[in-house]
Amino acid sequence: MTSVRASLSSRTASLVALLIAVLWTTPTFGLLLSSFRQEDQIKSTGWWTFFSAPELTLENYQEVLFGASSSSGQLASFLINSIVITVPSVLFPLAFGSFAAYALAWLPFRGRDWIYIGIFALQVVPLQMALVPLLSFFSQGVEVFGLHLLPAWNLEGTGRFVQVWFAHTCFGLPLSIFLLHNFMSELPGELMEAARSDGATHGMIFRRIVLPLVAPALASLAIFQFLWVWNDLLVGLIFAGGTAESAPMTVRLAQMAGTRGNEWQRLTAGAFVSVIIPLVVFLSMQRYFVRGLLAGSVKG
Amino acid sequence: MAFASRLLVGAVGLALVATGCGSTSTAPEAEGSTSADCAAFSAYGKHDGKKVSVYSPIRDAEADLFQQNWKPFEKCTGMKITYEGTGEFEAQIQVRSDGGTPPDLAFFPQPGLLARFAKAGKLKPAPAEVKTLAEEGWSKDWLNYGTVDGAFYAAPLGASVKSFVWYSPKTFQEKGWKVPTTWDELMTLTETIAAGGLKPWCAGIESGEATGWPATDWIEDVILRELGPEEYDRWVAHELKFNDPKVVAAVDKVGAILKNDKYVNGGYGPVKSIASTAFQEGGVPITTGKCAMHRQASFYANFWPEGTKVAQDGDVFAFYLPGKDASSKPVLGAGEFVAAFTDRPEVKAFQRYLATAEHANARMKLGTYVSARKGVDLANAQNPIDKLSMEMLGDPATVFRFDGSDLMPAAVGSGSFWKGMTDWINGKDTRTVLDYIDASWPPS
Repeated sequence: MTSVRASLSSRTASLVALLIAVLWTTPTFGLLLSSFRQEDQIKSTGWWTFFSAPELTLENYQEVLFGASSSSGQLASFLINSIVITVPSVLFPLAFGSFAAYALAWLPFRGRDWIYIGIFALQVVPLQMALVPLLSFFSQGVEVFGLHLLPAWNLEGTGRFVQVWFAHTCFGLPLSIFLLHNFMSELPGELMEAARSDGATHGMIFRRIVLPLVAPALASLAIFQFLWVWNDLLVGLIFAGGTAESAPMTVRLAQMAGTRGNEWQRLTAGAFVSVIIPLVVFLSMQRYFVRGLLAGSVKG
Repeated sequence: MAFASRLLVGAVGLALVATGCGSTSTAPEAEGSTSADCAAFSAYGKHDGKKVSVYSPIRDAEADLFQQNWKPFEKCTGMKITYEGTGEFEAQIQVRSDGGTPPDLAFFPQPGLLARFAKAGKLKPAPAEVKTLAEEGWSKDWLNYGTVDGAFYAAPLGASVKSFVWYSPKTFQEKGWKVPTTWDELMTLTETIAAGGLKPWCAGIESGEATGWPATDWIEDVILRELGPEEYDRWVAHELKFNDPKVVAAVDKVGAILKNDKYVNGGYGPVKSIASTAFQEGGVPITTGKCAMHRQASFYANFWPEGTKVAQDGDVFAFYLPGKDASSKPVLGAGEFVAAFTDRPEVKAFQRYLATAEHANARMKLGTYVSARKGVDLANAQNPIDKLSMEMLGDPATVFRFDGSDLMPAAVGSGSFWKGMTDWINGKDTRTVLDYIDASWPPS
């Protein structure tokens, strides 16, 4: 064990790690450099030629972000859509997930384990299977044997954000319940007992004791869910549609290269615009990320 | 790491600020139409506050032109048209339809897909007025693609011509080469150019997941020429097998050009470089004089490097990929078909407008657009290649056939055919490849 650790922290290992890091970053760096080059240069020469003839332009960013016609990006407004979609889509599963996880971990009731196993099993179901049923759930409501149980939602325009929130929350819940449950059930039972003998209700225990203790897990879950929702194209495309009113940025990015991909130079700048916010979130929550990565996976 | 990333964030943030300062938004507003302009739209009635949704594979600049073109119509009829363009049309339209949220109108780029929806009973047959307009506007070849089981569903919209060979008129004039009018002349010209030490053809078939499609167009074009339109239809319907000796011979005819190291790949390298060259870049060596000819559709006009003049007397232009002899004129092409999922009055009215020559003419005035409709005014064409395309499509001698891979089942048309052709370019022999494609045809 110690020998492995020693060899992993040796100078050669560091060098290798550094080398891999550089190798891994090179394509991204090339993309970044490309995004500052002119269209005809991007299309005719490789990004490395920049070093022999350095010439930078912000044209791509200008076009992608603020282009006036819908043919040239308008990413700025889609960026807002993405934020509007992402924030609730992260908060809802976190909130519902932590309630459910607390109940499953600390409230004794019959069938608790079975419910937990059921939720755990739901993770295996690919979300693609649920797309069409969920879509008809929104558009036609629920009907069982001719009995109308739920009306159609009839959401249009910006109302479709609700559909996306709903979908992301559904798809995000199994993992968040599973993760938070594992984390919460690790908490020492003496804590709860002590709190209860002091007269604390479940609500108080949850808020004052459990939530602060599982903060790292919540943070890491938030990052996971955030990155997933932010980068998601499929759910956004289906539930938010492709119009400027409600479509997230990923949908716009997919359209931006043009019908026949002849404007692909825009993708360079588009990619970096879309990466800024995740980068900021990641860097500001990095601490939790590393700590939370181990959440629920290691016992004791 | 942390420092570098922070630097990166800073740099990008700075870029945002900088671009923000330079932005001047001047949206091209549709010219304000007076009530007099509305006379032209009075036949479509008033549909105040009604909405029509359109779903289409056309996006970006071309989509803008469509929307801009519809503004007067929207203003005069009072309806609102919501347009949605997507790169995943084939998959998404299925999901939308199954999920109970189909669009009102969809622009189908593939007649095969259209037929599948029509057979499933999802589409409404075209209203009688649309049918009349379509019958007066398009040739029988076109109408057939919008007809399923005897019922007419969809009028064509835009079109593109695939049977083009791009060349440099300047170089041709300098060297004294003549635009060929028969296949034999084409091969002689190829031989002459090759003898002069220049690789006559260049090609590129790399296109991400769709790699191989430009090669399938080549094959379709030659099968259409070699076997004729009837046999072509049989081949598309799999009544004529993929590995039939006649098909093998036609594919070998393409191979005589595309798999000959003497003839390809001008500006890029040996035969195999075709598979790794992006189709967008396939013809670019023509502008640098490293290649003489490139077979690609009319839309390739948008791919030339900035500053290239596309005209009869310009830097590049296209000639018709010749048929067996000068008299036969088969044209391979593609286009969109407007089908309706609903039949509300406003949807019908808009569907009717889309089928008129007025719509096509107005659209042409705004920017590059090709329509196969009779009665379009060629003077409205925005560039010479659109004009040439429409002349060809409008020629009564022209036999039009739709891109075959768009008509075949998806497993073949956007699967094994593409893949097979890529393998073929990479060195597999014709017979093996065609056997493979034929075996992949789904049993029906």
